Amino acid sequence: MAYIELRNVSKSFGTGKDRTEVLSNINLEIEEGEFVAIVGFTGSGKTTLINLISGLLMPDEGEVLFKGKPVTGPSHERGVIFQNYSLLPWLNVRNNVGMAVKEAFKKMTKKDRNKRVEEYVEMVNLSPAIGKLPKELSGGMRQRVSVTRALSMSPDVILMDEPLSALDALTRGNLQKEILNIWNKDKKTALLITNDVDEGILMADRIIPLKPGPKATLGPEYKINLERPRNKTALNHNEEYKKLRNGIMEYLIQIGEQRASKKSNDYTLPDIKPVIKPTPFRRLSFS
Amino acid sequence: MKDRSIHILNFVGLGFFEPAIRLAAGEETKKNLIALLKKVFLPVLSVGLFLVLWHAGASYLYNVEKDFKIERAKEASGDAGVALELKRIETGESSINSLPSPGAVLAAFKTLLADHRSITAKKAAFKEKVAATNAKREEQGLEPITYTGRPSFVDQIFTSLKTVFAGFFLALFLAVPVGIILGLSSTLRSSFNWLIQIFKPVSPVVWFLLVYMIVKTMTLSYNGDVSFIISFIAVGLCAMWATLVNTTLGVSTVDKDYINVAKVLNLGVGQKVFKIVLPSSFPLIFTGLRITVSVAWMVLIAIELLSQSPGLGTFVWEEFQNGANDSNAKIIAAMFVIGIIGFLLDRLMFTVQKFVTFTEEAAA
Repeated sequence: MAYIELRNVSKSFGTGKDRTEVLSNINLEIEEGEFVAIVGFTGSGKTTLINLISGLLMPDEGEVLFKGKPVTGPSHERGVIFQNYSLLPWLNVRNNVGMAVKEAFKKMTKKDRNKRVEEYVEMVNLSPAIGKLPKELSGGMRQRVSVTRALSMSPDVILMDEPLSALDALTRGNLQKEILNIWNKDKKTALLITNDVDEGILMADRIIPLKPGPKATLGPEYKINLERPRNKTALNHNEEYKKLRNGIMEYLIQIGEQRASKKSNDYTLPDIKPVIKPTPFRRLSFS
Repeated sequence: MKDRSIHILNFVGLGFFEPAIRLAAGEETKKNLIALLKKVFLPVLSVGLFLVLWHAGASYLYNVEKDFKIERAKEASGDAGVALELKRIETGESSINSLPSPGAVLAAFKTLLADHRSITAKKAAFKEKVAATNAKREEQGLEPITYTGRPSFVDQIFTSLKTVFAGFFLALFLAVPVGIILGLSSTLRSSFNWLIQIFKPVSPVVWFLLVYMIVKTMTLSYNGDVSFIISFIAVGLCAMWATLVNTTLGVSTVDKDYINVAKVLNLGVGQKVFKIVLPSSFPLIFTGLRITVSVAWMVLIAIELLSQSPGLGTFVWEEFQNGANDSNAKIIAAMFVIGIIGFLLDRLMFTVQKFVTFTEEAAA
């Protein structure tokens, strides 16, 4: 039995005429210790998918199973790293992380909790900024805090919802490395949602494209058998990497075109020509 | 020192002094001179212009009334009457109660302060005189004799401030908890919405009468200061709506991201309210409280006037009824004092607001 399992999951939003089915008939199995990446276009329902697994949303049809039991709501066992960091702006780094630790380890003494917070903040190299408020941090630092917050609860699964998509390329690369290093330590099950194929190949064991919504479904999966640790620069010359990357890109471009052709309507333009009238002086027009 | 004082001034909302301090420190003279011109000189200029217009208007109105009186005296008893009337106006026997000029208001203000000093002196003298008697009375278990003379203008200001703060705290302790509860439950919100919408626009005078009806009956056997109780409750009830509505709005519209965080961290209800919902709605709650303070101060005058509770409102009303030569000037002086105190109260709330709320501007 798979660690996380989605069976025929569908999810719609809105009612009546405005009802749109975002996800339709999703089937997914993730094994324990596996790192899975889901790539897709913006607006294809990636966040909805992760919210279903985390328990923030409930499926309309089908079921989401975690360790064989249906998911009924959010839990510490599934840590979430949000796309927009979602740090509480009125708490400093220590308290943002501390709040999570306090909820996850209710029986721990205050001293031990503090120690744990400091350990985890140290892990993402943010110790000097532990007393700072989120607004005093850069985007990359904020996302590190968010990563720390999720990990400090020692979840069984890490769900990442486009965690790096708001960052610049250099910071992104650094954080990818950091997340991989942390993941390497205890090989937790991880699900990464991303719009960057390279990021998926660099980090995951398996990549599954999500076809664009509405009625998004999962495409064929791509196994990544590249050896870890993977080096970004070395990968660029790896034949298998190139093959994988091109394969996934081709698939994505193909389904992207399908969507575009479905949408495009032919507009007939009226047959008119501009006429320029000579006027003695310019007038103000209020049209 | 310099940066620190600038920081403090900006913090309390008196940032317009910043260029003056920077100038004194000899920093970027030209830029700061322009800033000083814009932030200090122009406001001072507009105040000056206002004073000039006020003076001109006041002397015009004075002359209109004076001419009318002389005209009437001439009709009644000829030139002799005119001379007599002029003399009576000179001595103040025939008073001209039109708009007082700025000078008259300043003089009235000084009179009020002098009056305050003399009353304070009288109070001190009285206290000294009855000190021995009061000591004796205390031994016998009797109430001490207190000064029962007329309160001075400054005393009235403090009484008014006391009423406003009592009313403000009533509004705070009523509106914030109720607002939080309404904000958390959409069922309660829609059930009370009509009542709130109906009571919100009710005028201070009606609130006063309503409170009067209830409190009068409740305090039939109470010998204390009932008028104070009535006026502070009425002030609180008038002023609390802005806080109530803003708190409800703030609590009911917490950013969805923060709610998701609370869900993912499995926070309990108490933790969720105190760690997430309240902090994120603080900016709106404090905006409401700031409006509440200004409204409380504004309606206070009307309510004091009706309730006969001592304070600035009563002072204004008594001066109006009094009709002495400088009564109008005293009313205008009170008007400025009321305005300036209102401004200071707003700055006070502004500072408190800055202390407790977060700002969320992006650093990246």
